[in-house]
Amino acid sequence: MQEKIKITPELIKEHGLTQEEYQLILKILGREPTLTELGIFSVMWSEHCSYKSSKIHLKKFPTEAPWVIQGPGENAGVIEIDENLAAVFKMESHNHPSYIEPFQGAATGVGGILRDIFTMGARPVASLDSLRFGPLDSPLNEYIMNGVVSGIAWYGNCVGVPTVGGETFFAECYRHNPLVNVFNLGITRKDKIFKAKASGVGNPVVYVGSKTGRDGIHGATMASDEFKEDAEQKKPNVQVGDPFTEKLLMEACLEAMDKGLVVGIQDMGAAGLTCSSSEMAAKAGTGIEIDLDRVPQREENMSAYEIMLSESQERMLIVTEKGKEEELIKVFKKWGIDAVAIGRVTDDGMLIVKHKGKVVAKIPVKYLAEKTPVYNRPYRKPDYLDEVNELDPENIPTRPNLKETLLKLLSSPNIASKRFIYRQYDHMVQINTVVLPGSDAAVIRIKGSKKGVVISCDCNPRYCYLDPEEGGKQAVAEAARNVACAGAMPRAITDCLNFGNPEKPEVMWQFVKAVEGIAEACRILETPVTGGNVSFYNETLGKGVWPTPTVGMVGILDDVTCCLDQFFKDEGDIILLLGKPQGHIGGSEYLHYIHGEVKGSPPPVDLKYEKRLFKALYQLAHKKLIKSAHDVSLGGLAVAIAKCCAKDSNPMGAVVELSCNIRSDFLLFGEDQGLVIITTDEDRLSETQKLLKELDIPNKVIGQTQKGELTIKGTNFTITLSIEEIGEALNKLNFAYM
Amino acid sequence: MLFGVVVFPGSNCDRDCYWAVRHVLGEDCEYIWYQERSIEDFDCIILPGGFSYGDYLRAGAIAKVSPVMEALREFVKDRNKLVIGICNGFQILLEAGFLPGAMLRNKNLKFVCEYVDVVVENPNTPFTCECAKGEVLSIPIAHMEGNYFADEGTLQALIENGQVVFRYCGYNPNGSVYDIAGICNVTKNVLGMMPHPERCCESILGSEDGLKIFASIVKYHGEQVAEAQ
Repeated sequence: MQEKIKITPELIKEHGLTQEEYQLILKILGREPTLTELGIFSVMWSEHCSYKSSKIHLKKFPTEAPWVIQGPGENAGVIEIDENLAAVFKMESHNHPSYIEPFQGAATGVGGILRDIFTMGARPVASLDSLRFGPLDSPLNEYIMNGVVSGIAWYGNCVGVPTVGGETFFAECYRHNPLVNVFNLGITRKDKIFKAKASGVGNPVVYVGSKTGRDGIHGATMASDEFKEDAEQKKPNVQVGDPFTEKLLMEACLEAMDKGLVVGIQDMGAAGLTCSSSEMAAKAGTGIEIDLDRVPQREENMSAYEIMLSESQERMLIVTEKGKEEELIKVFKKWGIDAVAIGRVTDDGMLIVKHKGKVVAKIPVKYLAEKTPVYNRPYRKPDYLDEVNELDPENIPTRPNLKETLLKLLSSPNIASKRFIYRQYDHMVQINTVVLPGSDAAVIRIKGSKKGVVISCDCNPRYCYLDPEEGGKQAVAEAARNVACAGAMPRAITDCLNFGNPEKPEVMWQFVKAVEGIAEACRILETPVTGGNVSFYNETLGKGVWPTPTVGMVGILDDVTCCLDQFFKDEGDIILLLGKPQGHIGGSEYLHYIHGEVKGSPPPVDLKYEKRLFKALYQLAHKKLIKSAHDVSLGGLAVAIAKCCAKDSNPMGAVVELSCNIRSDFLLFGEDQGLVIITTDEDRLSETQKLLKELDIPNKVIGQTQKGELTIKGTNFTITLSIEEIGEALNKLNFAYM
Repeated sequence: MLFGVVVFPGSNCDRDCYWAVRHVLGEDCEYIWYQERSIEDFDCIILPGGFSYGDYLRAGAIAKVSPVMEALREFVKDRNKLVIGICNGFQILLEAGFLPGAMLRNKNLKFVCEYVDVVVENPNTPFTCECAKGEVLSIPIAHMEGNYFADEGTLQALIENGQVVFRYCGYNPNGSVYDIAGICNVTKNVLGMMPHPERCCESILGSEDGLKIFASIVKYHGEQVAEAQ
């Protein structure tokens, strides 16, 4: 072994490894590691790559259903769409890089998730992004938001994958820890799904894509630690993206797969060449041998350590059949992409790395990819909860002017229209977007099929802060409800679990509870988890984010022409409210934005009822009995009704009567779960109600649509808003940032 | 009628144009790789939207020197052969000098994707003969550099020759001079437009207005064929 560099305790610490982990390395190798080997262990055993703190808890997720083709463990999850087609989807975080360098950090997040999808053989057809920023009261937060949004736009638009929706949430805890979660879904044939396996001893291993540079070295390790004052200095750890190369790489990969030239394929994301080579071998139960002198390099004199740990973007590792390498390389040449055979599949279970004629690393792959350290970290209920959960609703002062309050809520950054964001994304390229951004969920048609795919990503971090378990449940229920409101049956999720430092027992407790909440909801709603990622250490200077388990839900419409959006359509349509308002005010946007308090417990979710509700919405849509559906979420019932009136073209008002025995502001702004506003023709009302009764869904006619204004009447109040007033309030951010 | 859709490295609306022509319009259509030089069999060639060469240097600045663009110079000399450049295709036509003027960044310096209203300024072109003068079409745009600019003299000539084919109406999303959304050459067989007609050819996508442009091309071609016989 070369590289006679003394491995000191400082060096071990710099690599984010503990002394115990280092002892384990010595035991595995039976000798002192080389520097390259230390680097390899360091990234593969990092939290980001090894899931060492989360693994034992993630096992609680249900992962199976008859329609699930691929659960967790591959680059992305896969579910069935129809007898021929499958949807391939995944969500990932790019939080740490997006704080240090918002534009490139977010852009490369898009690049990474796209590669996860086309690695599986699917053409990516739609992205969503779930963004969390600090309040827009400082130039820094505006800079981060603008940088992230334009980075996503730059990358996604150039590759030609539409960004069709998402969510944006502002809270203090994200001031120095913005979260950027990107979801993508692709479509492929069921018999054309590719896996990250280095099968077939003797098969060549081909490196394709951009040349390797010194960028992004130890990105994964960076994402496995908190930020301190010197976060700015970590800029060199952020990768730089090139969407043009990604587009060519994607076309070339899809063409090579189509021509039967690919045995196994894996993208080089976090931990680059190290992760792709060792994981592919581990999954196939084989070994892999690579020669770094053959790796295309864009800088001179790179060491083995640097080549193995570089996170240069737009690169893939492909195993092809022996004898087919020339044909494979020809496809990539056509697209102007480098492709070089750099090694072969072996049978000894070892990762062998050669550089300048010498072996610089020799490690059993199973210890890099499967038998990695696992921690059952201690967890403890945080002290803050008792204090914040205490809320006596009677102590909340009433509001003298409910109209003003409603308008103020409509202009709250968390509720207001995000058109200034999605207008920067090409959300129509590929001509599949049936429901454009701005409604509950995005609807994608599938060319050549009757079916449609409906996607939504959701999480209310405020609920998760107040009660991570209930918040986790709610995130799944909300995402599913959004998908159901478009008329689809929710089928499966991917998730992005964003938390603080897991070495703190309180953070670990939040994580464990949120996972348990998600697991329960997924079990009851029959929406298994097919993959996702965990992002810990979202902390700067010891201050962490609220628990933010973002859920990306995928639903299927049997007939895409039956899809719904949230907007009121025709004058005189009947408006029904499904579910029973309770006036639950804890954790609401109203309490936060109007009263300045984050308190109480989040609204409870009745999962069994939700399951029936989704069935009802699915049937109502497919029988074409209803014209719109919108669920009540942030801001409560009044905000939800106002949003139904806020269509860009031909907006439609309404007159609504809410008579029940609940305090007016709680009734209007409480965020009770499971409430949905639907509209129907007068002729179809009785059939609609009959169906709702059969499925035991409480429902009530609450009004009718009308032109020009929205009137909401209660036992002791009447609010009247013109369509213009609603539009002006909802467009507050658009005016400021468009 | 045979359409061709050019595929440059980085084109990303090529498949959309193909779908609209082949599957919605029902006409024959083939992809043309950017290195192709023999294109004489085609009746109408579409330069699709996207980011040819990643927009590096300038949008369209590298694509303009592709072999297919050289062949296109010969192709358009036959007035019955049509070329339509959409978005990035329009930018390439400007860079290559098929059409006068240049593209600047949108006035808000941001990428803009949304439906816009465009008015048909000249219905007497092969691309608009199924439209009425003054007809308003709702067609999506999606671009960062769509702020068309021409100097005063060029602009006057465009107006006088009836080369201004589409103008934004209601509001101008990118700051283009004279609200220009699309122009053609003097012989009217080369059109460049920023809006994407291929994105609105099916009711499920919200608008079928784009179909009028493709239908015009087919109608014009049919008339030429009939005349020749």
